[in-house]
Amino acid sequence: AMATSAMVGQGEVLTGTTIMACTFDGGVVLGADSRTSSGNYVANKVADKITKVCDKVYLCRSGSAAHTQAVAGYANLYLNQHAIELGEKGVSVKSAATIVKEIAYTNKEWMNAGMIVAGWDKAQGGQVFAVPMGGTLMEVPFAVGGSGSIYINAFVDKNWRAGMTRDECKAFVRKAVSLAISRDGSSGGVIRTVTVDAAGQNKEMVPGDQVARYQDEHLPTLGSNAPIFT
Amino acid sequence: FPLPHWSRTRTTSGEPGGEREREREGERRRWTRRQAAMIPQSSLPSHIASGPHVSPFTNSNAGLQADHRSEDIHVPANAASVPFAVAPSTEHAEVNLGEPRKHTTSPYVTGNSVLAIKYKEGVLMACDMLGAYGSTKRYKSVQRVFKVNETTIVGASGEISDFQYISNLLEELTTQDFCYDDGCTLSPKEIHAYLCRVLYNRRNKMDPLWNSLVVAGVDTAGESFIGSVGMLGTSYTDSHVATSFGNYLSRPLFREFQRDDMSLEEAIALMQEALRVLFYRDKTSINKFILAKVSGGEGVAISKPFALDTKWDLKAFVNPSKHAVGSW
Repeated sequence: AMATSAMVGQGEVLTGTTIMACTFDGGVVLGADSRTSSGNYVANKVADKITKVCDKVYLCRSGSAAHTQAVAGYANLYLNQHAIELGEKGVSVKSAATIVKEIAYTNKEWMNAGMIVAGWDKAQGGQVFAVPMGGTLMEVPFAVGGSGSIYINAFVDKNWRAGMTRDECKAFVRKAVSLAISRDGSSGGVIRTVTVDAAGQNKEMVPGDQVARYQDEHLPTLGSNAPIFT
Repeated sequence: FPLPHWSRTRTTSGEPGGEREREREGERRRWTRRQAAMIPQSSLPSHIASGPHVSPFTNSNAGLQADHRSEDIHVPANAASVPFAVAPSTEHAEVNLGEPRKHTTSPYVTGNSVLAIKYKEGVLMACDMLGAYGSTKRYKSVQRVFKVNETTIVGASGEISDFQYISNLLEELTTQDFCYDDGCTLSPKEIHAYLCRVLYNRRNKMDPLWNSLVVAGVDTAGESFIGSVGMLGTSYTDSHVATSFGNYLSRPLFREFQRDDMSLEEAIALMQEALRVLFYRDKTSINKFILAKVSGGEGVAISKPFALDTKWDLKAFVNPSKHAVGSW
């Protein structure tokens, strides 16, 4: 949250953003907004910030778009090689998170990337690992990141509970991201979610006009039948 | 017992630096002449002195690296073969290889104070479990005390990612000890000395590990030890030590009440007082602490997290501006 605006120049493409990942009973749900900004301009309003790094493990990216895309690329490379070696056993979420951490820590001087690695593996089930700026690695039951995360820290602290069902968790993630979008200028667009569990991985999207709106934002859209001037 | 790695300045062939020097020369020749002219001559075979922070298990020149079990476990064959390092562009002259690089100029996820005191049977260390992100209390289950072996624990304040790196180095030292299987393990004093060298050499490269470390333990002879090392390499040993805010808030309590022959109960009570005042007066702190002790007979024990009672019911707290309306 304190990272982006003070430290990078106007013009660098940033995913000033809201990202989160959350464990539930049997897997994880990852969520993110879709706004990529370059200064005040929205460079991409439908970005995909949840990137697959290997089978059943995803990376939520915030900070510099270039840096995080490079990290995802390297992580994908190393994990593909690792997966070939492991064969049936499958790559663990912890290994994927450790690779991401090694890249972030080794290059900490010139990287601007706050990331969340989350996924499912057979040995440990759903796990979420936070890799904030600087390259610390922390396993956590849920994590929020990006510039919008500061607005929802209290909300997620209050409302997350262990043992949610898949649908409860997805609704929780969507609600949290929509609240962040409501207050953070650097977050917006659609809400993307990825649900990973034993059965598979499911990528979904809530279109921008269906994202929940809150205090002082409820407005009928133009084109409805009610006349504007009464 | 193996010599510390920094004492090796000659290979078995007797040439200073030897094979490693030659490899590094080979690397350097690939750089431009301008850059090569700026490279400081360093014959210390330590990755700490000559290159960016490197995992000891870099193995790209496996043929030249002889016996993996040698004490040069911390020396990479090729200083440029840092895994996962993206080589910075040298065209923009932001980074000139050979000049001091500015690395961690500001920490991100940080831990606050670590306290340690000696008591009759050993040493007691305490800290809270917060990983702060600036002023934000971001991660609340950070374990900032690391058990090195049965005689030593290390606590860290400062940048958590650098502490995780240091924990890795210490784990590799312990693994090396285990593999030697000769009945000798590193004592707290030796681990403190090692960390002093690591931190001081990193500081000399203008690339500090942004930590204040506390090393505490009881060696096999029963002697207690508490030492402190800062990110600049400043170090000292004493009967009681604190980092960060603890220096100002807790050490006065220790100076007054700590004795080398206190009982464990007295030590825990003193530590709780010190932790309580830190929670009151350090803004990035939480009421969630752990204690770790090392004692002569029983080795290392790390407690589960606990909270402390705090007192807010003084009458003067209720309406402080009662007698001076409008003041604070």
